Amino acid sequence: MSADAVGWAVADSWTMTRRELAHWGRQPVQVVVGLVFPVMLLLMFGFLIGGGKDVPGDYVDFLVPGMLALTMAFGLEATMLAVTQDLNKGVIDRFRSMPMTPGAVLVGRAVADMLQSAAGLLILVGVGWAIGWRWHGGPLAFLGALGLLLLLRFAMLWIGIHLAMVAGRPEMVQAVQILVWPVGFLSSVFAAPESMPDWLGAAVEWNPLSAMATAVRDLFGSPAAATSSWPAEHAGLLAVVWPVVLVAVFFPLAVRRFGRLNQ
Amino acid sequence: MSLTGAHADDAAIVVEGAQKRYGQKRALDGLDLVVRRGTVHGVLGPNGAGKTTIVRILATLLRHDAGRVEVAGYDVRSRAGEVRRRIGLLGQHAAVDEELGGRQNLEMFGRLYHLGARRAGERADELLERFGLADTGSKAVGKYSGGMRRRLDLAASLITDPQVLFLDEPTTGLDPRGRAEVWGAVRSLVGGGTTVLLTTQYLEEADQLADRITVVDGGRAVAEGTPDDLKRMVGGDRVDVVVRDARHLDAAAALVGPGAETDPDRRRISAPVADRMSALARTVRALEAAGIEAEDIALRRPTLDEVFLHLTKETEPGDFAGRADREVVA
Repeated sequence: MSADAVGWAVADSWTMTRRELAHWGRQPVQVVVGLVFPVMLLLMFGFLIGGGKDVPGDYVDFLVPGMLALTMAFGLEATMLAVTQDLNKGVIDRFRSMPMTPGAVLVGRAVADMLQSAAGLLILVGVGWAIGWRWHGGPLAFLGALGLLLLLRFAMLWIGIHLAMVAGRPEMVQAVQILVWPVGFLSSVFAAPESMPDWLGAAVEWNPLSAMATAVRDLFGSPAAATSSWPAEHAGLLAVVWPVVLVAVFFPLAVRRFGRLNQ
Repeated sequence: MSLTGAHADDAAIVVEGAQKRYGQKRALDGLDLVVRRGTVHGVLGPNGAGKTTIVRILATLLRHDAGRVEVAGYDVRSRAGEVRRRIGLLGQHAAVDEELGGRQNLEMFGRLYHLGARRAGERADELLERFGLADTGSKAVGKYSGGMRRRLDLAASLITDPQVLFLDEPTTGLDPRGRAEVWGAVRSLVGGGTTVLLTTQYLEEADQLADRITVVDGGRAVAEGTPDDLKRMVGGDRVDVVVRDARHLDAAAALVGPGAETDPDRRRISAPVADRMSALARTVRALEAAGIEAEDIALRRPTLDEVFLHLTKETEPGDFAGRADREVVA
């Protein structure tokens, strides 16, 4: 790519990002609902269901990092829904018949989704603070935790784009929306694996969401569970490896699929 | 740039032996099409004939399997970028962002055509003015009427004054008023030297707008010519008469004119006529004078159905009870 082409690629990607931001301006209610939903879950689990949970330390200290990780996982369906809707609209044909950088459509989606997720994270952190959650690590560990979470969101982004192009239909988004829940619950987001039957707890610890929740808890200095399983001991490593592997698989798949819309 | 042969100088679109398969289905089966620069060319065909497929291939949205396809002198597969700089596309479904306003749409497309931010804004305003959308520029396009949306779509197709404009069934789903709006806008373009490729299911639309028409069926061109050429191939206007009493059928057929076909089951006679209104009046008078009571007398033009029946040689004698465009009913 020439310098000129790179310049246009950046400009086109920014134009496509602005398109998404303009959508937020037109549909503020949708954006607010998307941001409030994880907050609602946090409050529900924190106050209504959390009392009886057998976790190390205070339940809110356990729950908030888990909710942050789960919110990143929910990003999968948000991305998938948005891309599915876009692909089913005529406007995608116009983009593809124009002399713009083809990948800008995907980059615009990626940047906008990452911005929205970053905003979602900050709101959840704020609400968590308000209900008594505190982090005990330093500022670098705090930023590291947010970075890890956004890395997971980045992986969800490319899975979402790929699934949207494979499935193609809005009905399929519902199927994924339903499937995200068991994946979320079969993790250490809401409950400690030690409180589960042995076989289930072992499986749950390998869930990428568990690795992320545990790694984030460690970085925030939340009380650690007394476990000696390999995935729990190496949660920090897994929390990096899982998203990187997912991106390495789904980014090329999504880009290739996008390039093949003309088949 | 590999335009060769007789069409080298004045062809904006060259399609030779284009093939496209979807699994077992042949969407294009050796389609040929040449469109001269600065003309409006209609591609006429029923659903599934391959009209949308060829437009999507020409607009670089779809890759063909075999054959030669060039737009503005560039191969659509190997030089898609050059083609995209020179085309505008108005597809069957509004290719604009329905959540954004009209001006937001045009400005966004202008930036993506690399006009620069300031010029993109100016161009958006010019086009909104030209297509009578200046008052509604900030309203979300989803709230536009069908005709307004199609005009915005057309405006978006014209941001860079394309050399070649593709209109894929531009009036399908529009009410008569919306259709008239789009037709007016297309006519105003033709003077500017733009080459227009128009697909349609409506003979009338091709008749109104196109200099030449290619009739496609089964992914192939089955006829090509001016609208008048095609109508001549199908035959001209016809008069249909339904008599009350089947016993009068033969007598009435003799009165209606030479070449009349009769359908005893429906008590119907159909005959070709040359002079339209006077033929209708003459038929009414002749039947009256003979004391033959008619239930229905209608003058009709050849329909697109008949073009196809004729061109694909599936016409059966006496099979005229199709979906006629009834114009005058006595």
